[in-house]
Amino acid sequence: MWRYLIPLAILLVLIGFFWRGLSLDPSEVPSPLVGREAPAFALPSLHEPDRLVTNLDLAGEVTLFNVWGTWCPGCHEEHDELMRLAEEEGVRIVGLNLRDDRETAIQWLSQVGNPFEQSGFDGDGRVAIDWGVYGAPETFVLDHRGQIRHKHIGPITHQDIDNTLLPLIRGLEQEARE
Amino acid sequence: MKLLTPFFILAALALLSLSVQAADPGEPFEDPALEQRYHRIVNELRCLVCQNESIAESNAELAQDLRAQVRTMLADGATDQEIKNYMTERYGDFVLYRPPMRADTLALWFGPAFLLLIGAVVLVVTLVRRARQDAEEEAELEGREQ
Repeated sequence: MWRYLIPLAILLVLIGFFWRGLSLDPSEVPSPLVGREAPAFALPSLHEPDRLVTNLDLAGEVTLFNVWGTWCPGCHEEHDELMRLAEEEGVRIVGLNLRDDRETAIQWLSQVGNPFEQSGFDGDGRVAIDWGVYGAPETFVLDHRGQIRHKHIGPITHQDIDNTLLPLIRGLEQEARE
Repeated sequence: MKLLTPFFILAALALLSLSVQAADPGEPFEDPALEQRYHRIVNELRCLVCQNESIAESNAELAQDLRAQVRTMLADGATDQEIKNYMTERYGDFVLYRPPMRADTLALWFGPAFLLLIGAVVLVVTLVRRARQDAEEEAELEGREQ
């Protein structure tokens, strides 16, 4: 009896491990920052280099903090969705323009539309390191206290917004009102 | 022998690939001990952009920046642990090729040895049982012959 049960049990355990392991996306590394305060930073604004964008600008209301660059194909891909979030859903989005050329970035935004309330200009990527960014686009959802509640890695799709981001954002807005 | 030559070349190439390091723009430390620590640390940190390379091997911009960061921290007198903490605070335990030993990583550390142990026990039990069976059969045969 055991002779058959033990291999069967081992097989079941292996199936369980593979089922879980193969359905995970290895490029999505969970961020240790979720649940913590936004890392402090102060960067010159993309559009007005004399003005600073800081982590304090992220607090006050539920905010998306989106890491982008004109060199980043995924950022072009998700741009329409960011526009929809900002214009139709009224979500505040603050940008982190990563390792980009200032003129190119400003020009791109003026061509395709600017979903960002403002963008910090992180020319050498120092702030991105503090935020644990390893590939743009990455998007952090922050609550009204400026705490990171969720991190989305990779381009945001229509489904991501409808299934994950908007429900989360509406929930956090409810939390802010209470 | 001639047929085998390509295999030797392949094997040699495979060996060479073990010591690949990305071009390092930073100035090497004058203190060889510090330089050695630097190399040990960057070889044990995973580059998250190309996950099967360490930040020592990767040419990704992020890996270059992180190598520079490790150099700066070492020059400022940071301990190995402080540098590892700096990295895990930002990127999580996944950046460490050598994961920390904690209750939830025990299976990772001891699982393979545990499985090997089970295999060894099963092997020994099977061999002993088989030897006993053989001995019994032999005794039976001898008994019949007499």
